Amino acid sequence: DQVLHIVPETIQQVQHLQLLCSTFMLDLWKPRLPEDIRAGEDLHIRVPAPLVQEVKDSLAQHMISYRVLIPDVQKLVDQSMPREKSSHREVSGGYIYTEYHPMEEIYQWMTQIQKNNSELVTQHILGKTFENRTMYYLQISQPSNKTKKIIWMDCGIHAREWISPAFCQWFVKEILQNYKTDPKISRFLQNLDFYVLPVLNIDGYIYSWEKDRLWRKSRSPYENGTCYGTDLNRNFNSSWGSVGVSFNCSSDVFCGSGPESEPETRAVAQFIKNKKSDILCYLTIHSYGQLILTPYGSTTKPPSNNEELMQVAKEAAAALKGKYGTSYRVGSTALILYSNSGSSRDWAHTIGIPLSYTFELRDTGTHGFVLPADQIQPTCEETM
Amino acid sequence: RAMELPPGHFPAARAAALAVGYLRYLRGGPSSGLQLRELRRARLQDIDDVGHKYYLELELEDVLDKDRTVSCTAEVLYQLGSKSSAPDVQLTVQGELRSTEEADQEFYNRIRSLEKELVAENIPDSHGNVPPELEPIHLLAWAASGYVIWQNSTENTKFHLAQVKHVKQVKRNDEDLQFDFVVLLHEMVSQEVLPWEVTLLWHPQRGARVPQSRAMGAGS
Repeated sequence: DQVLHIVPETIQQVQHLQLLCSTFMLDLWKPRLPEDIRAGEDLHIRVPAPLVQEVKDSLAQHMISYRVLIPDVQKLVDQSMPREKSSHREVSGGYIYTEYHPMEEIYQWMTQIQKNNSELVTQHILGKTFENRTMYYLQISQPSNKTKKIIWMDCGIHAREWISPAFCQWFVKEILQNYKTDPKISRFLQNLDFYVLPVLNIDGYIYSWEKDRLWRKSRSPYENGTCYGTDLNRNFNSSWGSVGVSFNCSSDVFCGSGPESEPETRAVAQFIKNKKSDILCYLTIHSYGQLILTPYGSTTKPPSNNEELMQVAKEAAAALKGKYGTSYRVGSTALILYSNSGSSRDWAHTIGIPLSYTFELRDTGTHGFVLPADQIQPTCEETM
Repeated sequence: RAMELPPGHFPAARAAALAVGYLRYLRGGPSSGLQLRELRRARLQDIDDVGHKYYLELELEDVLDKDRTVSCTAEVLYQLGSKSSAPDVQLTVQGELRSTEEADQEFYNRIRSLEKELVAENIPDSHGNVPPELEPIHLLAWAASGYVIWQNSTENTKFHLAQVKHVKQVKRNDEDLQFDFVVLLHEMVSQEVLPWEVTLLWHPQRGARVPQSRAMGAGS
């Protein structure tokens, strides 16, 4: 199919074009109706492929000059369609990392990843959610005789922040795909283990797929089942309940009935407490905002190792910006965002994990929580 | 007498979000949408018996044409103790964005000639997609939300449009286009997602106006 651009010069030409349109039932793009065709004004018509030659002959016969505006309409349509499959066919048999996946598929992905990379990856149970779903984390660990320090990363503590679990999956894929060839990654793995929890708030995540895309909290019931969900990132035992929270279950920052009242919180806290002397860095991934946040949320008094925390964060932000120019702001939650208490990141730091960060991924509000899937790749690449 | 504020900290960031909301309302249309690229500078003046006045220097870009930027100086006055009146915003924009006259007119003609009134929901959808023919509606929703954000912001709030839940065109006897929106606004400090009903009138020459808006009841 082609689209032709014609500027009729005379009334006769206008009439002939109107006749052509109705005879061949041509698709008028501009103007919309044949009766609006005017001498001296732009005309755009789409001509179906089998008729192209005949129409052009007719135009030539009537001395009507034309220009081919679009030589191949189908090609243009194909180009403007989102690519169905990314060119990245990845490390676990065709899993598409540039799309958002429901929880069922993430569970399957974890099993596959371990199966395909068993020399490096083991899958472990962390605990259970309120609705009794199993929480798994992946341990990426290169066999060696030295004990290694741990970097912990959790994603999806807030249900609606879909880019976060997408990042955890991407991260795992990148490590596994490149550890043999990328000297930085291979050095990392010689000295460190990665523990990745792809979805912390599984119940909430599923709820955001099935019922309410903008749900944030867990799904534990309160007040006789009239009200649901605790903000898991207000439920940890760090100045719990002091600031930036609500004690009303219907609030999106409801901190629960007490510190660690939620099974998901307990599962994470217990594990991290047990391993804390080996954990070097605690990362928790959120969206949106493009921020690297340091402790604390409950006070503007800086943590003891603030200089180190800030320096590392600033270097991270610079490296991130170097990829696609995306700007990330760096600083404590209390100064950059708002006051809050009971966050996992603050708790991790107070129990002694020195490098503790919250990442708020893209964007800054244009799409907010509903970040288009075509931004998964650049977001993840720059954050790596 | 005006104190310099770190642009990266939340007081300035909240005032900037408000200024951008207001600007989106003033300049909003179906063919362009302004977003904040950077808050360059912020100062705060505490005016006795009046309120807090923020002086902001912003750099904005057009979402449809990201290489083009304009600068904007804004004065945002949050009035003391006033729960019922909107912050006062004064803006000066320097620089010009590309002309949207032709695109606006085409959109206007397209909508006017629809036989059935336009209805749509969930813009963007759960995966962040907006069909191209709904992008102008999305941008008009930004203008409509800009009004609500301006009218309802305080120093303790930061609003963004999270999603357009529903939109319905209403045919009119006069020359305006009318769209009745249900928009979901995300408020950063409380983390709440608040549904608002907003009616938007738009005309290629007269621009956007909101004759009415109201917060919807709890539970969407």
